[in-house]
Amino acid sequence: MPARTAEDSHKSQILTALEDQDTSIILDPLESEMILNMGPQHPATHGVLRILVRLDGETIIGCVPELGYLHRGYEKIAENCTYHEFIPHTDRLDYLSPLSNNVAYALAVEKLVGIEVPRRAQYIRVLCCEMARIASHLVAVGTMAMDVGALTALLWTFRERENLMDIYDVLTGARFTTSYTRIGGLSQDWTDRCTEMLREFLAKFDADLAEIEQLLYTNKIFIDRCENVGYISKEDAISLGMTGPILRAAGVPRDLRKDNPYLVYPELDFEVITFTESDALARFYVRMEEMKQSARILRQALDKLPTGPINANDTKRVLPKKERTYTRMEELIHDFMLINLGVDPPVGEVYQGTESSKGEFGFYIISDGTGQPWRMKIRSPSMVNLSAIPVMAKGAMVSDIVVIIGSIDPVMGEADK
Amino acid sequence: MNPLIPEKLNSRFPGVVEKSDEFRGDLVINVGREKIVDVCRFLRDDQDLAFDLVVDLCGVDMYRPEKRFEVVYHLYSLKNKNYLRLKVGLDEEDPTISSVTGVWSGANWLEREAYDMFGITFTDHPDLRRMYMPEDYEYYPLRKDFPLMGVPDSIPLPQK
Repeated sequence: MPARTAEDSHKSQILTALEDQDTSIILDPLESEMILNMGPQHPATHGVLRILVRLDGETIIGCVPELGYLHRGYEKIAENCTYHEFIPHTDRLDYLSPLSNNVAYALAVEKLVGIEVPRRAQYIRVLCCEMARIASHLVAVGTMAMDVGALTALLWTFRERENLMDIYDVLTGARFTTSYTRIGGLSQDWTDRCTEMLREFLAKFDADLAEIEQLLYTNKIFIDRCENVGYISKEDAISLGMTGPILRAAGVPRDLRKDNPYLVYPELDFEVITFTESDALARFYVRMEEMKQSARILRQALDKLPTGPINANDTKRVLPKKERTYTRMEELIHDFMLINLGVDPPVGEVYQGTESSKGEFGFYIISDGTGQPWRMKIRSPSMVNLSAIPVMAKGAMVSDIVVIIGSIDPVMGEADK
Repeated sequence: MNPLIPEKLNSRFPGVVEKSDEFRGDLVINVGREKIVDVCRFLRDDQDLAFDLVVDLCGVDMYRPEKRFEVVYHLYSLKNKNYLRLKVGLDEEDPTISSVTGVWSGANWLEREAYDMFGITFTDHPDLRRMYMPEDYEYYPLRKDFPLMGVPDSIPLPQK
């Protein structure tokens, strides 16, 4: 385009005329690229994620996420402790939803050993999983809103989450490190106090969510910051192995609770939320709608909660009640054997995936017939989902990267294992 | 559906299936390492099988004289909603296998993790670096001969 070149050269003539010994003018400041190091200590990376971003001006040309700052070697630890001993470690994987990790791990070991837990325990586990999902999604939507500048939403979601934490406290005795499940059952029974607290929470949860929606859905700044940001095509999402809200926001209705059901999910009525926009905003909507579905599941599970035992009737493999070990010989022997030698699974290998709040969270266990697993692989959704950052961030602005990380909702405890 | 998969693989690639087994409802197929990329591509592209999602990929150290290492692929079909586990045995002297990143791009980081933890080399991998450990780390932590407490001085500490 000659006209433009002439104009440009005229401009550059004027600019060069302005140069003197104190002033130098660079005609194209964007011609050189810049490498920006973001993290591992950055508030928007939700933990210790480090991203190297190559920038042209403010546009991202490419980026490389680096993981491993929270690598604690849980797979190695798992090979060196019995199946029961690993339960507290599962709390520390996805530390925003410890209860659903406990359930996922117990399900995998029970599949290996071949125990079916009683129906009451299965219902309580569903309650645990869905409470964990709501608690985790509340953090996800709150922090994502905070990342784009809407701080109020974060305070509101944390207020809601606190109510769930109180229920955890009454149910398990701990707010975060719950370690609630046991192989073949649960550590403590669900009480009337828990039902009362959960009903109280559910009674006003929809109104509280509507409050957050009112704050954000009509907020132009929030919508503009999230819409069309972090787009990933449906084909890319499948090829990259995305799961959870990211895949559902891309229009793939994959939910393990429906597709490969576990626990008593087939008896409960809920919908799989999908969107087709596949951007950060769609992922936000998916999480908001999923919380409503989880509340629906919680209400049904509370109504249907059966009475009965919470531990499988298999004395050789399920831990006895602690009180009974003090006074009864058989229970003392079983407790001693299970604690010191562990459950005796058959030789074999199983994979059990569950739908956690982040995506497919699964355990692959290889057993050599002893009380400790030969190999345990943790399929962590956060790690696989993070591998989509280079695709999502390409061509975006540097300020969009915090929105993209927020929409992926990674938990580094799980991604780094 | 399940018993058809090994048959189908064998008719397409004669002799590639070494063993197929089922335990607790999980189907496992052991295949040879030479044709792994072709097998994976076939499993993904076949209209009936359509294993389009790589759920997991990991290394295993079986610590035995032959085929010490194993690479385990967990595949999922969005169409049929079923899982498949592929296993490939590798000898200790030559723990090398072709990368399946070209079939599922999600295998990229999972293969890097297997390389990091077991020292299994994936040929034709676009970016085979360590996933979690430092780049200059000499050991492979999930191998069975690596001690649980780690190797003293293997990570240099700051000088006084």
